[in-house]
Amino acid sequence: MLQVNDINVYYGPIHAIKGLSFEVRPGEIVALIGANGAGKSTVLKTISGLIRPKTGSIVFDGRDITKTEAHKIVQAGLAHVPEGRRIFLQMTVMENLEMGAFTQKSVSEEDLEAVFTRFPRLKERRRQIAGTLSGGEQQMLAMGRALMSRPKLMMLDEPSMGLAPLLVAQIFEIIAELNKSGTTILLVEQNAGMALEVAHRAYVLETGRITLSGTGAELAESDEIKKAYLGG
Amino acid sequence: MIKQARDIPTPVKYLINLALFIIFLVVVNSMIASKTISGYYTKVIMLIGINIILAVSLNLATGYLGQLPLGHAGFMAVGAYSSAIFMKAASALPMFIALPLGLMIGGTVAGIFGFIIGIPALRLRGDYLAIITLGFGEIIRVILLNIDSVLGFNLTYGAASLKNIPKTTTFLGTFICVFIVCYVIHTMMKSRHGRAILSIRENEIAAESCGIKTTYYKTMAFVMSAFFAGVAGSLYAGYLGILNPSNFGFMKSIEILVMVVLGGMGSMIGSVISATVLTALPELLRAFADYRMVAYSLLLIAVMIFKPSGLMGTYDFSLSRLLGKGLSRLPARNASPARKGDDR
Repeated sequence: MLQVNDINVYYGPIHAIKGLSFEVRPGEIVALIGANGAGKSTVLKTISGLIRPKTGSIVFDGRDITKTEAHKIVQAGLAHVPEGRRIFLQMTVMENLEMGAFTQKSVSEEDLEAVFTRFPRLKERRRQIAGTLSGGEQQMLAMGRALMSRPKLMMLDEPSMGLAPLLVAQIFEIIAELNKSGTTILLVEQNAGMALEVAHRAYVLETGRITLSGTGAELAESDEIKKAYLGG
Repeated sequence: MIKQARDIPTPVKYLINLALFIIFLVVVNSMIASKTISGYYTKVIMLIGINIILAVSLNLATGYLGQLPLGHAGFMAVGAYSSAIFMKAASALPMFIALPLGLMIGGTVAGIFGFIIGIPALRLRGDYLAIITLGFGEIIRVILLNIDSVLGFNLTYGAASLKNIPKTTTFLGTFICVFIVCYVIHTMMKSRHGRAILSIRENEIAAESCGIKTTYYKTMAFVMSAFFAGVAGSLYAGYLGILNPSNFGFMKSIEILVMVVLGGMGSMIGSVISATVLTALPELLRAFADYRMVAYSLLLIAVMIFKPSGLMGTYDFSLSRLLGKGLSRLPARNASPARKGDDR
């Protein structure tokens, strides 16, 4: 569904992503794990068109999207939930969700119902200003907003950031459920333990390179991973 | 975006507003014609109208888009000069053609400048955008001052002032423009384009990840803001009848910005009210003679201390919404309560 072929990304003189290749197959949950500054978020931003790779190509659904504009990539069915719960703080929950359907021309009641069934909290709070939601609810809103664009592939950037452990577990449950109902997921996480638990496959990113890959279970068992990321 | 059950259908709302506006025009215009309002106050009222257009158009870029351009007087100057030069050349044309054409030319030229400045400037944000637009405003002023002697023709007459511009700006003309500008901005902000502009102010990265063409919408809002500033400039040219580059200095840009900030960024009615108050106040304070500018400054300081978000905050007043609320309180109707922010 998504193939990233040998991309190189630079921030000015800094070579952030060094010849990275990986793929996401339909129906999978794929996790990219790695420490701070490994380039995880940069990879997602490059895929969604916010940053351009210097070389390499990105193919989504059989279509080369390397040079496609960000808004057209969203239209093609690739949703990006950016890091740090970037929601529209001064708009209501409802308005946030409506913005998610921006590429759809009109808001479909079905999509809205689907989001509200998945996140009942959002329905309760749909008239509330988004800035007054709790951290977990804001993350749910960011995910709900991305769902409104009917994505085939959803990219989540650090969904567990700054959340209480109980909420982290809840968010990962939702991710697994979303995947079961047919959305392919590309997940970027620092919380390697949780990410490896839900992911079918995972890649380990270190300073812009993939150093390890395998199924979630394999990596969770690997000594290197235990030592570096799981504190074992 | 979602169709909501409203108490008053939208076309009726617009008709109510239009009717009230026409009543206002007719009443004030007949008061002017019958000299109930003196010539001096008519001048002040027209200036209020021009300043309302300036404040409302700057509010589009500052309040709604969330940028801080400091060169609004530059766009106004470009509009004023281009329309004045046209009006002088087109004195043979009948007024009802020349006047709208002059306004359109002023607006369009300013809009083109807005586009040229906006493309590079909007890649920057915050302070940097403020500095680049400030520089633009000053460049315009200096060019207008020197272009004749450098290029050797008589176009702007530099410091000697561009004189004998037909004084075509009337009370009616000014306020019809005020109405059109407010109407266009208001309806646009309620459309999906408006939502896109607001979402860029809220969070640009989130907006982009929702599939909003941020560069497109930023440029669009900026160009519209410049266009309307050009229209205000055209009215100003026809109001004064004489243009001097010193009218469009840095302080003019600041003056407009003060109106927007004082009224509340992102509130159109706030801009209208504060443009009215800040234009009328120096005239009303004439009784204090030399102290009037001190009183004016003190007022600004007081508002910023006690109401830092501006007089109206981001609240937008809507007469028809008030009427709607009144109606929904009637026991016979069980209308659903209006969603908050619905009329933004």
